[in-house]
Amino acid sequence: MAPILEIDDLSVAYRSEGGDVHAVEHVTLTLNAGEVVGLCGESGSGKSTLAYGATRLLRPPALITGGSVRYRGRRITQGGDPADILTMNHRELARIRWREVAIVFQSAMNALNPVLRVQDQILDAITAHLKLSKHEAREKAATLLDLVGIPRDRLRAFPHELSGGMRQRVMIAMALASDPEVVIMDEPTTALDVVVQRDILAQIVELKETLGFAVLFITHDLSLLLELADRIAVMYAGRLLETGAASALMREPAHPYTRGLLNSFPSLHGPRRELVGIPGTPPDLRDTLPGCPFIPRCSFAIPACTEVDMSLAPPAATPGAEPDRTGPITTGSHLTACPIVTPEEASQEGVLS
Amino acid sequence: MKSLANIWRNLPLKAKVGVGLLGFFILAAIIGPMVQPYDPSAQTPLTMSAPSAQHWFGTTQEGQDILSQVLTGIRLTLELAFAVGVIVTVVSVLVGVTSAFLGGIWDDVLSLITNVFLVLPPLPLLIVLLGYLSQQGQTPTIIVLSLLGWPWGARVIRAQTLAIRGRDFIDASRETGEKSWRIILFELIPNEISLIAASFVNTVLYAIGASVALAFVGLTNVNSWSLGTILFWAQTDSALQSAAWWWFVPAGLAVALIGTSLVLLNSGLDELGSPRLRATRGTAKVAGHRIWPTDPTPVLAVLQADRGRFGSFLYSFSRRSMLEGNAAGGDL
Repeated sequence: MAPILEIDDLSVAYRSEGGDVHAVEHVTLTLNAGEVVGLCGESGSGKSTLAYGATRLLRPPALITGGSVRYRGRRITQGGDPADILTMNHRELARIRWREVAIVFQSAMNALNPVLRVQDQILDAITAHLKLSKHEAREKAATLLDLVGIPRDRLRAFPHELSGGMRQRVMIAMALASDPEVVIMDEPTTALDVVVQRDILAQIVELKETLGFAVLFITHDLSLLLELADRIAVMYAGRLLETGAASALMREPAHPYTRGLLNSFPSLHGPRRELVGIPGTPPDLRDTLPGCPFIPRCSFAIPACTEVDMSLAPPAATPGAEPDRTGPITTGSHLTACPIVTPEEASQEGVLS
Repeated sequence: MKSLANIWRNLPLKAKVGVGLLGFFILAAIIGPMVQPYDPSAQTPLTMSAPSAQHWFGTTQEGQDILSQVLTGIRLTLELAFAVGVIVTVVSVLVGVTSAFLGGIWDDVLSLITNVFLVLPPLPLLIVLLGYLSQQGQTPTIIVLSLLGWPWGARVIRAQTLAIRGRDFIDASRETGEKSWRIILFELIPNEISLIAASFVNTVLYAIGASVALAFVGLTNVNSWSLGTILFWAQTDSALQSAAWWWFVPAGLAVALIGTSLVLLNSGLDELGSPRLRATRGTAKVAGHRIWPTDPTPVLAVLQADRGRFGSFLYSFSRRSMLEGNAAGGDL
């Protein structure tokens, strides 16, 4: 699988009077064509900032302080060099947005204009990016609604005449309007009940199979990602703590934080066990302490943790051993920012209580 | 005191200029009559003299000292304007908030009254009313201007109150058992404070304009010295024809500057009241580049590379360049 969106060492800060708030720090994440990558973390961990920063949708006081974002879509690069999103101007970005990288926004409730019919809003998205005649555009809008499973006659409905799930589907239909290569979904199912959630997720997977776009799926619900995503990246306090295939992450979480997340919801199968949360709250992102940001909440924390450089490496085989950085690292490898704890240790039942 | 200093620091530059200018005129209005060198009505043999060490702003045809007249005039004009401003603001907040908050028949009646006052033609009415009212002091002018000025603010405040009343936090505070007067005073009004302030400033501006215009055509008490009556006498005694520029320029300039200061203050308050404008203003400059709210997310490295040779030479001396060089990142 060829990489399509490469986020390399990206740092985003919000400037404020009390100093910079480092919302995203040195995050490296690659999205391959046709792949679903899940980005998860608790509120304020910087997952949305990462996605919107990489597409340059954040407004000042946000500021990208370092790193690079490269896009390798066929239509833009035409087999040549990747396009550097961070050096693009207004016009170049406008060409990329929606046509190449589309976004399904967080709450469909607010993202749809309440006084315009669904049809007009989809047509807006289509006519802004594609050269189609009025008739073709209307036909396209109808096909899009078919695609997401909404009857065509709902085209003339106003947003308030649709249910929450239908509105979310309309948002997804709009995102797919110009056949994008990458779709960023920012908690698209957060406000919906689990049944509708499952419906929509199934639909997303199906659409992905037929249309072949890559998905960056942002959520705070790790259990959802385990089912949906090919790969998962776990963020905490602006840092990437662990990344790897969904199955590997579920089987042997390498970072104590991931383990904590996995422990905080019940599984449908297997024996009953006591649910363990993660005590404490995330740190203030204004003055970052050296080493791992998870130290105050981590039951494995030892003095050496303050010297961890937070770069991703394959999990250590034995406690305290230097991580093996010599082996080949591909985008699919299981990587963790914690060189202290081995996966076996982290997997022991109840260690985080 | 500390919060006052904070507010001052957060004020946009134009508001600071506005406050400074207005403060100067208010100061002049307060201490003016105490420090004025002559009685503004006293006639001296020195008529129509240009500015001199004796009479800084020159004298009129009757030999009256213009500096003293302007100092008295600033006080009278500002007194009138602020009186009208306070009355109009109080009335429009009362009417607007009551009609929107109570709704029903109250809203219908109050809106009807507001609309009736809104369609009264102001200028003819002012002329007629002021012609009939006795010309003692400024009270008639204040009353007439207030009577015609309040419906505009009342309409705007009614609309804003309606919008805020529909929000969830008002329902929430009613659910928690707050009394209506408490909801109005502590939940509703603070959300409209920038609107009310802007409406007050606008009204003051309107009162100054209207009163000067009315005085200029001789419809107020022409024997008291307001900025308008100075202009009235300058016009009547054909100052322009005799090239006595010192007669009308100081008063005209005072009116213009007071007006300017109010406009600056108003647009500054607007910016202060709108958090989005405020949030972007403080950070609009990154690495020496102005970033607009509609721009894509700025990239530090690109901005720095874009500085140009001369710009980066200058920048290398700045404090900020040193802050950006260290790993902890810089503050603004």
